[in-house]
Amino acid sequence: MSGPSDYQPSNPALQWIERRLPILGLMHSSFVVYPTPRNLNYWWTFGAILSFMLGIQILTGVILAMHYTPHADLAFKSVELLVRDVNYGWLLRNMHAVGASMFFVAVYVHMLRGLYYGSYKEPREVLWILGVIIYLLMMATGFMGYVLPWGQMSFWGATVITNLFSAIPYVGESIVTLLWGGYSVGNPTLNRFFSLHYLLPFLIAGVVVLHVWALHVSGQNNPDGVEPKTEKDTVPFTPHATIKDMFGVSCFMLLYAWFIFYMPNYLGDADNYIPANPGVTPPHIVPEWYYLPFYAILRSIPNKLAGVIGMFSAIIILCFLPWLDAAKTKSSKYRPLAKQFFWIFVAVCILLGYLGAQPPEGIYVIAGRVLTFCYFAYFLIVLPLLSRIEKPRPVPNSISDAVLAKTGSRSTPMVSSAIVLALAGALFAGSADSARASEGSDKPPGNKWSFAGPFGKYDRGALQRGLKVYKEVCANCHGLSYVAFRNLAEAGGPGYSVAQAAAFASDYKVKDGPNDAGDMFERAGRPADYFPSPFPNEQAARAANGGAAPPDLSLITKARSYGRGFPMFIVDFFTQYQEQGPDYVSALLQGFEDKAPEGVTIPEGSYYNKYFPGHAIKMPKPLSDGQVTYDDGSPTTIAQYSKDVTTFLMWTAEPHMEARKRLGFQVFIFLIIFAGLMYFTKKKVWADSH
Amino acid sequence: MTTASSADHPTRRDFLFVATGAAAAVGGAAALWPFISQMNPDASTIAAGAPIEVDLSPVAEGQDIKVFWRGKPIYISHRTKKQIDEARAVNVASLPDPQSDEARVKSGHEQWLVVIGICTHLGCIPIAHEGNYDGFFCPCHGSQYDSSGRIRQGPAPANLPVPPYQFVSDTKIQIG
Ligand code: FES
Repeated sequence: MSGPSDYQPSNPALQWIERRLPILGLMHSSFVVYPTPRNLNYWWTFGAILSFMLGIQILTGVILAMHYTPHADLAFKSVELLVRDVNYGWLLRNMHAVGASMFFVAVYVHMLRGLYYGSYKEPREVLWILGVIIYLLMMATGFMGYVLPWGQMSFWGATVITNLFSAIPYVGESIVTLLWGGYSVGNPTLNRFFSLHYLLPFLIAGVVVLHVWALHVSGQNNPDGVEPKTEKDTVPFTPHATIKDMFGVSCFMLLYAWFIFYMPNYLGDADNYIPANPGVTPPHIVPEWYYLPFYAILRSIPNKLAGVIGMFSAIIILCFLPWLDAAKTKSSKYRPLAKQFFWIFVAVCILLGYLGAQPPEGIYVIAGRVLTFCYFAYFLIVLPLLSRIEKPRPVPNSISDAVLAKTGSRSTPMVSSAIVLALAGALFAGSADSARASEGSDKPPGNKWSFAGPFGKYDRGALQRGLKVYKEVCANCHGLSYVAFRNLAEAGGPGYSVAQAAAFASDYKVKDGPNDAGDMFERAGRPADYFPSPFPNEQAARAANGGAAPPDLSLITKARSYGRGFPMFIVDFFTQYQEQGPDYVSALLQGFEDKAPEGVTIPEGSYYNKYFPGHAIKMPKPLSDGQVTYDDGSPTTIAQYSKDVTTFLMWTAEPHMEARKRLGFQVFIFLIIFAGLMYFTKKKVWADSH
Repeated sequence: MTTASSADHPTRRDFLFVATGAAAAVGGAAALWPFISQMNPDASTIAAGAPIEVDLSPVAEGQDIKVFWRGKPIYISHRTKKQIDEARAVNVASLPDPQSDEARVKSGHEQWLVVIGICTHLGCIPIAHEGNYDGFFCPCHGSQYDSSGRIRQGPAPANLPVPPYQFVSDTKIQIG
């Protein structure tokens, strides 16, 4: 539709360029005068939202790469230091990590919109297939990006996904070795994933250009599925579509910011805050929520090769959609049966996603098989059949007729489907959560934490007391290796002065060297030093503790979690409940019982703990009443110690939480005002077009 | 298409557009800040740049040592009587970057010269005890510094800078 432009800039310098490279004319015809159907609804703004998210991901990604070290020994640490030490590092990391999820939210809405309104049909087949290619590239990029922090889920996700290729007969094993660059997932794997994770987004951007190009050749589809016939059916892209898209983007940013500032870990997995350990697999390997439906299909098919084929064909089949659905009527609005089956299909996908996060056992396996059948049946049976037997309702003659016909009832389907999708998203996110359920243990009781909620702050007294408990009790076995003494004097922390932090540091002996003579020596700690670990290495820690190395506590409150179950995880999204970790840690410290209850046997060298998964913990009861003296008159009880030390460990895990929530509030005020302004501007611009 | 109704409320409409545009500009500019600020030294780098203490007792007369502070090499020279006299004999006004030797060392500790060993031309590391002035010679483009670290000859425009330091005892200095 965008033919050669007759655009002529008035500025002579621009004219000079334009005669040699008509780029301004291209921009003008593609994004200014480009005729866009006047009946587009807000589902069409997701194209712009996706472009916005791609831009954000590339921008934040390039910046993260400036601080990231792609080495198996350093990757996890470099991510932690980036979050702790780089100016706004926490913000950029959250933007990127949450951004990946938001990108997938938007792409699923965009795809389902295409599915509902028949946007893949003649003459838009190539446009649609390019979209599927983008989606595949996104999945590959997202997967490799998830590997980079080199946590437990990164490592084991990489192992499981690359092993998919081992299902290929004869050459499978060699292909997997080729992918790994070794005999297992390791440093070479991480390095190549980093390289490819940097490359693929630019490929995506390239295919997006083709996608937009194809879109501008065939023109946009629209909710009524009738092609624009006269000038009355369209409005110029700028300002109409631009302003509407920008309003859509600003609303989407509200959702995005909700996660960035208030629930950055809601969509992630606690296990990924444990550094990669090739010797221990987490009890449940769960991919990121956006892969879950396909993961469910993989697991539903009992044969290894068939499962892999099933999983990949679930995506590839989308390429054939334009030919599987041969119905002439595009929009499901006018296809009463197709509409119902569309929503059933959406439900199938959501349920598959839910199953993807459940342990593969019992009823879940059977349900997975049924739903896998339904998934493929939609494409292979329902759509081809419907295009033969369905009697569509009459479509309007033109877009302007359709616009005139609908007054009043316009927004209802939009709202209801928005609610459905919001619920779906929550279900997905939460299903990942429920897989974390710690089996064979009690649910930790909830606590009132001063740092909970949108305005939460650390209780300075608790932080200082917690530090004392850590120093006098926990530090005998547990390190705190990501925390430096200087952090004690930082804003949002325990509130010590720089001099106090330096004095605190000088109490410690730190190994340094080599000196001029080549010898290692001990010196007093300085603010720049990190808390020294009680054991020189993991083997020593293991040997001294009956075979179980005491974990480093820097991230423990984020690395531990428990399943909240349905429907709590949906409620949690609104209440911003993020305190599974602290609740668990505090419960664990108080959950020791001298005698295991009837019927529970605890192996020699282990202790009974009510909240520890499996109940048998190697750590003896660490706290007892009166063990640590407090100078501020707080009760010296186990309950108080647990609360204080947990608060302290929450701070060590999230030292910038106060800044995050403060900035989040400011961003929200701005975004709400901005979205409001955009809304009224959009109304003004469109005032004459309805 | 949008001009038809602009006659109704021209000012209100304009105000809305201006306000929206302004909000977008302010928001965009503010959002840019974290992306720029992240390039500055991070907290661990700043903390690692804290002052360091250097023990001077092993450095004999006529010798010098190189220590690193904030990633920069610091030359600490134990000057001989001859070097000090040479540095003090020159006519300060004739120097490219006039500065007296007294202003470049701590009084009472004239034998100690502490300078940042980075050539003020383009950042190479000059070699000590070389060149025509009993001081430093930069091999990159031939700048020559005297026994007070002052530029005497070559393309460098300024003297080797003196880092902030103080004597904590007779044989110990703190740099930074
Ligand atoms: S850098 Fe020393 S002379 Fe050019």
